[in-house]
Amino acid sequence: MILKYLIEKEFKQIKRNKFLSRLVFIFPFMMLAILPQAANFEVKDINLCVIDNNHTTYSQRLVQKIAASDYFHITTISTDYRQALKSIELDKSDIILEIPGTFEQDLIRNQVANVMISANAVNGMKGGLGSSYLAGILAEYNSEIRVELMPSTPKLAQSGMEITKIFRFNPELKYKYMMVPAIMVMLLTMICGFLPAFNIVSEKENGTIEQMNVTPVNKFTLILSKLIPYWVIGFIVLTICFGVAWLFYGMWPKGSLLTIYLFASVFVLAFSGLGLIISNYAKTLQQAMFMAFFIIISFIFMSGLYTPVDNMPQWAQYISDISPLKYFIRVMRLVYLKGSSTADLIKPFLTLCGFALIFNTWAVLSYRKSSN
Amino acid sequence: MSKSTFSSERKKTPRENWNFFIAFVRKEFYHIFRDRMSMLILLVMPILMLILFGYALNTEVKNSKIAVYDPSHDEVTRALVEKLQVNNYFVLHKMLKSPDEVDKCFKSGEVAMIIVFSENFYENLLHGGHAQIQLLADGSDPNTASTITTYATNIIAGYQQDLLKMDKIPYQITPEIKLLYNPSMVAAYNFVPGVMGMIILLICAMMTSVSIAREKENGTMEILLVSPMKPLYVILSKAVPYFFLSIVNLFTILVVSVFVMGVPIAGSFFWLIVLSLLYIFVSLALGLLISSVVNTQMAAMLISAMGLMMPVMLLSGMLFPSENMPVFLQLIGDTIPAKWYIEAVKKIMIKGLGVGAILNELAVLTVMAVALISISLRNFKIRLE
Repeated sequence: MILKYLIEKEFKQIKRNKFLSRLVFIFPFMMLAILPQAANFEVKDINLCVIDNNHTTYSQRLVQKIAASDYFHITTISTDYRQALKSIELDKSDIILEIPGTFEQDLIRNQVANVMISANAVNGMKGGLGSSYLAGILAEYNSEIRVELMPSTPKLAQSGMEITKIFRFNPELKYKYMMVPAIMVMLLTMICGFLPAFNIVSEKENGTIEQMNVTPVNKFTLILSKLIPYWVIGFIVLTICFGVAWLFYGMWPKGSLLTIYLFASVFVLAFSGLGLIISNYAKTLQQAMFMAFFIIISFIFMSGLYTPVDNMPQWAQYISDISPLKYFIRVMRLVYLKGSSTADLIKPFLTLCGFALIFNTWAVLSYRKSSN
Repeated sequence: MSKSTFSSERKKTPRENWNFFIAFVRKEFYHIFRDRMSMLILLVMPILMLILFGYALNTEVKNSKIAVYDPSHDEVTRALVEKLQVNNYFVLHKMLKSPDEVDKCFKSGEVAMIIVFSENFYENLLHGGHAQIQLLADGSDPNTASTITTYATNIIAGYQQDLLKMDKIPYQITPEIKLLYNPSMVAAYNFVPGVMGMIILLICAMMTSVSIAREKENGTMEILLVSPMKPLYVILSKAVPYFFLSIVNLFTILVVSVFVMGVPIAGSFFWLIVLSLLYIFVSLALGLLISSVVNTQMAAMLISAMGLMMPVMLLSGMLFPSENMPVFLQLIGDTIPAKWYIEAVKKIMIKGLGVGAILNELAVLTVMAVALISISLRNFKIRLE
């Protein structure tokens, strides 16, 4: 019964704080509308600088074939390597393709010709993927030429194995489909992680926590009354997110909304528990803020939001295992894109429940009503 | 009111002014040193973040889990599956027994790619029939999907050449691939400048804005402002200690990135420092600006952490190449100091270009510093009247 009044008090405090209540409504909207358009790691529109020292039909056909592909724009035609390198230094081009002067001669007479591909690999992803796309086009061109030059090639060498690539769940490989569900989780984390972290500490700084401590309310009820409002806020934020994702990107979960809400309820519980732990240990608001900031930003980066967890070194993967975000982001993507059901996701569900249990028990235990 | 009475009483000598200023700076240092916990966080956090993110943000795909459905199960398919696992790109997670398992496998998110062979694979290959391989990749992570399918295709093609036992393939064009600046494709080369830009901006802006907001919240700002110091110096004295703290941070970051992360400083160390000091200055000015518009620590923190963190992470080109963004976001990105700093650091530190290449960035950062400082000082003055 007393819980009801305590919760009412929390809500009144949240409502009174104009900045906070605005944040809850506007922040998700803005972030989700803008960020997925920015978070685009698609490797295409690679700017190519061509040095064609050969100027024969063979070299020109190769250049045309590359220009016709979706990935490359030929932005610079250069005459020497030095000048081409300059264009890379100025970020005008990403890759240099150099065709040697003896290209045709080498190919026809010696049967082996070289071309040079120099990629700007400061961004390893772009450099690597770009040069392997280019090598792929080259290989295609190569087999075209081979068929032309020697029509009697054995069948085996020409066709061989047929490899088909199929991209499931996202056939056009749109990056936003990957980012939108993950950004929702990030929003939920920031709002439900930061705010509770500041709650108890700011009561400490204002001195009002003393008044709470001298009441007969027990620790458990007190913590619960702090948790529940953020739980409700989490649901509101999530619902806004669904709306925005549908409105802006036409994305609606393939799986059931209930699955997401179920996971979200556990996730928010776990994360606000973590926030409360921070606020129990911090003496000042400033400490709480820095701690919360560090923990949240680490969790976000380690969670596979931007780069897959599988790519990380083993020790980093262990760290990511203790980030609840990792599980929830995976679940969100699965439900949104693949329509996984709760039955498919029992393991992450139990893990998240475990987090919620541990964090909240810890929060209750570490809360001290009496000062020593 | 109080300010005008004080300042009209007696003109202070520059020397007195200077002493006042030093006293205020010392006071600010006391604040920082007293709170051990916060100081520790401020000094250690950047290092931890750099190490953590420098290693974690790895776009290089390896150890991707794959599943294989192989109804043919002959020597060629077995050899291919072996071959795929030789270098660290793929790890065989499981062999599927029936095609129905494909969906389930994807839906539980276990694997990144499933390779399906057609029946009687080797037979068909020998007799010119259809020997098919399907690479079913999980497109929900687009880059991983296209990278691993490309890898797999190359590996399979390589195996095919081995199989044909052709020593010399006629009319062969071989590409010689050279990766400039970062030959072993270390992801840290790309991310360290980004993380540097993010950490410096966030810490500086957060520290100054929170510390000023704190004085406002506790009511001690009033006391500072009625002191004989000009408000301009009151505010500047708040920023000075954080400037020094940030320089300490800058050096630890550089030491860690060179000796732990193995990212070299290819260009001029001197200009890297000049650039970074300018950037620290801009970040502190941004913090001053934030603190001039907010009144509580919470608001200061939320604006500088959430409000800055997201745009910096996403729009500055730290993680995502800005040329991929729609134009209006690129324009927004241009207003973020971190974007210019990160570009310039990449040029000097990684590419090893001279100062001539970063004049543009230096100019933009200077303009930003001047603009931010003047706006925030004007805001502070308004608050006093």
